[in-house]
Amino acid sequence: MSKLDKAALGEPDTTAPSVPDDVFLSVRDLRIHFDTDDGLVKSVDGVSFDVRKGKTLGIVGESGSGKSVTSLGVMGLHRSARAHVSGEVWLDGQELIAADPDEVRRLRGRKMAMIFQDPLSAMHPYYTVGHQIVEAYRVHHDVNRKVAKQRAIEMLDRVGIPEPAKRVDGYPHEFSGGMRQRAMIAMALVNNPELLIADEPTTALDVTVQAQILDLIRDLQKEFGSAVIMITHDLGVVAEMADDLLVMYGGRCVERGPAEDVFSEPRHPYTWGLLGSMPRLDREETDRLIPIKGAPPSLINLPSGCAFHPRCPYADIPKDNVTRTVRPELTEVGGSHWAACHMTQEQRERIWTEEIAPKL
Amino acid sequence: MGAVLLLLVVSAVTFAIFFLVPRLGGQTADQLATQYVGKDANPESVAAIKKNLGLDQPVYEQYWNFIKGLVAGADYRFGPDATHCSAPCFGYSFKSHIEVWPQLEQRIPVSFSLAVGAAVIWVVSGVTIGVISALRKGKPIDRVSMFIALAGVSLPIFFTGQILLALFVYEIPIWDSVDYVPFTENPADWAWHLLLPWVSLAFLFSALYARLTRAGMLETMGEDYIRTARAKGLKETTVVAKHGLRSALTPIVTIFGMDFGTLVGTAVLTETVFSLQGIGAYSVQAIKDNDLPIVMGVTLVAAFFIVFCNLIVDLVYAAIDPRVRYS
Amino acid sequence: MSDDKTVSTPDTSGSTLTKDTSADGEVLLKVTGLQKHFPIRKGLLQRQTGAVRAVDGIDFEVRRGETLGVVGESGCGKSTMGRLITRLLEPTGGSVEFEGKDITHLKTGELRPMRRDVQMIFQDPYSSLNPRHTIGTIVGAPFRLQGVEPEGGVKKEVQRLLSVVGLNPEHYNRYPHEFSGGQRQRIGIARALALNPKLVVADEPVSALDVSIQAQVVNLLDDLQEELGLTYVIIAHDLSVVRHVSDRIAVMYLGKIVELADRDKLYKSPMHPYSKALLSAVPIPDPKRRGVKSERILLKGDVPSPIAPPSGCRFHTRCWKATEICRTTEPPLAELRAGQRVACHHPENFEDQQPQDTKLLSSAKEVAAENGGATPVEK
Repeated sequence: MSKLDKAALGEPDTTAPSVPDDVFLSVRDLRIHFDTDDGLVKSVDGVSFDVRKGKTLGIVGESGSGKSVTSLGVMGLHRSARAHVSGEVWLDGQELIAADPDEVRRLRGRKMAMIFQDPLSAMHPYYTVGHQIVEAYRVHHDVNRKVAKQRAIEMLDRVGIPEPAKRVDGYPHEFSGGMRQRAMIAMALVNNPELLIADEPTTALDVTVQAQILDLIRDLQKEFGSAVIMITHDLGVVAEMADDLLVMYGGRCVERGPAEDVFSEPRHPYTWGLLGSMPRLDREETDRLIPIKGAPPSLINLPSGCAFHPRCPYADIPKDNVTRTVRPELTEVGGSHWAACHMTQEQRERIWTEEIAPKL
Repeated sequence: MGAVLLLLVVSAVTFAIFFLVPRLGGQTADQLATQYVGKDANPESVAAIKKNLGLDQPVYEQYWNFIKGLVAGADYRFGPDATHCSAPCFGYSFKSHIEVWPQLEQRIPVSFSLAVGAAVIWVVSGVTIGVISALRKGKPIDRVSMFIALAGVSLPIFFTGQILLALFVYEIPIWDSVDYVPFTENPADWAWHLLLPWVSLAFLFSALYARLTRAGMLETMGEDYIRTARAKGLKETTVVAKHGLRSALTPIVTIFGMDFGTLVGTAVLTETVFSLQGIGAYSVQAIKDNDLPIVMGVTLVAAFFIVFCNLIVDLVYAAIDPRVRYS
Repeated sequence: MSDDKTVSTPDTSGSTLTKDTSADGEVLLKVTGLQKHFPIRKGLLQRQTGAVRAVDGIDFEVRRGETLGVVGESGCGKSTMGRLITRLLEPTGGSVEFEGKDITHLKTGELRPMRRDVQMIFQDPYSSLNPRHTIGTIVGAPFRLQGVEPEGGVKKEVQRLLSVVGLNPEHYNRYPHEFSGGQRQRIGIARALALNPKLVVADEPVSALDVSIQAQVVNLLDDLQEELGLTYVIIAHDLSVVRHVSDRIAVMYLGKIVELADRDKLYKSPMHPYSKALLSAVPIPDPKRRGVKSERILLKGDVPSPIAPPSGCRFHTRCWKATEICRTTEPPLAELRAGQRVACHHPENFEDQQPQDTKLLSSAKEVAAENGGATPVEK
């Protein structure tokens, strides 16, 4: 654990990690910066986390928080000259950031796979669904088309697409939204990946279809024992799926820990803000939501100190203007529950129990 | 179905422009007939011609006869002799009194060969340059090729054509001549002798296509499905060629169909520069001579190619994009 | 552009009260048998070969001062409905009455006075604002279009509106791209409020916004209703947001209203099986409730096509309670309980309307089996 702590504290750990056996993916101090015409954009700026086999990590954040960029970074999909990726990504004992790109490519789709938000734009409109699954299978398996197609049909059947032998020859636009997302999942899982990254997999879907898809992902995870990263802005979805939770803001992790702890005893004002912002069906109807003031920050011009300070109602509690000058690091606030805030533990505990929790 | 309708409309409009408009402009049937007779016109011969060509009939009937001639051929009487003008009959030249169609028939292969060869060159080179530029966006190779492309678009064909001629025929005589050898006679000679006009014509178009391809590729490579293709672990070459290029080429197919169809009838400058006996050059001569039946014939042939190519484009489009097929 | 302020709000502890009483107010908008069929044309001659029955016979009314929420999944016709009652579309059948006046088939010119009273807020704050116009021009446009000269001039009035929706009035001369998504939505709201409308129809007003911004806009809509006595029709797919903002809620499925009920009645004891399934599908942000899977009803398959909707009750193909009568007879939207109208032969949380018809359709058995038989027919 000590190495992990160091990484979390922003000290990049260069020695080989002592990753616990069941940790399948370990990300250390991941930084992804982009050169743009407007300046350097620090989309991800020092994020660390672990995902275990059979477990789900939920990454929550608003637009521009860096949650999608992080996942693409893990997949090794930032290879443009303008992207600067540093840190470490250990996948099943193998480091990927410094690895040969072709090596990473061979892992992509086989050991780690990804499903995307909008299955209509994420599938090629000109090729049949079957063709696209076959293609995904044959990159990593030396089999003929016929065998691969059989495998595709099998996968479509597994994800609950009726008449798979017929639908395999259909084009994406002939599928409904829910069926397309199922096909997308079939494509991602065709090589039995041990890590599945789902980037807003249900955001484009209706709520009843969302329930079906979440159910499917859960079932498949149980069946294959894979590690799952679920990226979403919907706290309801993570609450339902995630074992661990990572809250991102302005390219950094502001809070992470076991999902139950983060939901029941959140220790960062941003997390409080997210919880207060959403109307909930499981509570008595409240009169007003408690929004976070202002808008998510621009990554080009991130606020100094704690990036959340301009929106934080408690920014003036810590002394000496520290919220505006010093960037808070993650500190442990409970059993593997971490938060990055200048307020003392006691202050936060008091605000949460006295001011926030009663209003939710 | 739609294509036939369109051709009918084109023929009607062409007919109207060439035969109706002069009349509206005050030309009488006699004057039109006079053009056939030529210098030694006398009232009797004019009247005879007028009758034989049906110029004294109402316009709609003339049009009907014209269409009938196109489809089934027509019989004309010049004095005592009856001549049969077999389908497709475009009538007779005012000037030379010979049938228009055989003349066109001779020249179409020239223009068509010119267009085909140039098209192959410009598509291959344009698309290749465009793809490379897009993938190396902002790098020197991109800038250089886009500069050349700009030059290609801006330089007129009579300039590049003349330069090529001067260089390779007169200065360093690699070619002794540029002319048309029928493909069926000797394919190698056919290609060799048309290479210069092909290159100069293709230079202009490939520049345009390079820019189009580049823009298309840049857009496509940013699509979500490209990201998916990479996430599957496909090799970058597969991602580019199979997933990127196919989408990027779709709009190019449309433009190509139109360009190619148009080019068959309108490569006037190239044909003139290289003294090729194509239909473009033929029509220029006809316009100079005010030889309406030829102009009419060329226009219809050109229109036919445009319509035909667009038909092909529609079919190809449906083959490329399954969404078109079903809607 | 970080000075995005929430509107300063007066004490709102009494707002529930005012909301509830206003629900008995006079009818502002009355919709009867409303239909919109979009023709499908094919071939060269564009012959009509069918129709998308986007809205297919719905009745409801909106009372002055209340908020009617409209929920449903994509393709249920809720957005089309919004465009019909604002007369951005002309209905195929039925009628729309606004303040007692039939506006169903009014021509553009005749609609003009009504356009002042009925305004629309759109989903996408990025595409609904002209990027070449300043905020002042955008918000002031309704005055020019209607030829209204507000007291103190357009500029002053626009600045007042900007401050009402929580924007800095000095940003009058800025362009839309200088604003964040939430602020743009505020601009859209300011524009809608310019002419003091009586009815505001909002189509997915917050679904394109980040969670924290959604709450700001929801609160703003709340405050404005209170201050200006607005009447809202809010169309959304997010059931939690709809519950938060609405007094009454209409649940739509395939062009029909299947349930129309007071908010609390609908959320506490939904009667239509579809409403129940929809509510049960909403993920709850509480990890401790995970695994309580039996509560959730998983519907099978997809919504059928609105081109050829199922016979009888349109939900019968996916309903776990469907019997023969559901296939043959369309249930009327009947007020089974005070403040709760439902179109169902075998409602949930209420006595069966067709108790003699007990034989489940085979599709219903499948759905029931899928859900582990956890949804028995209740008496």
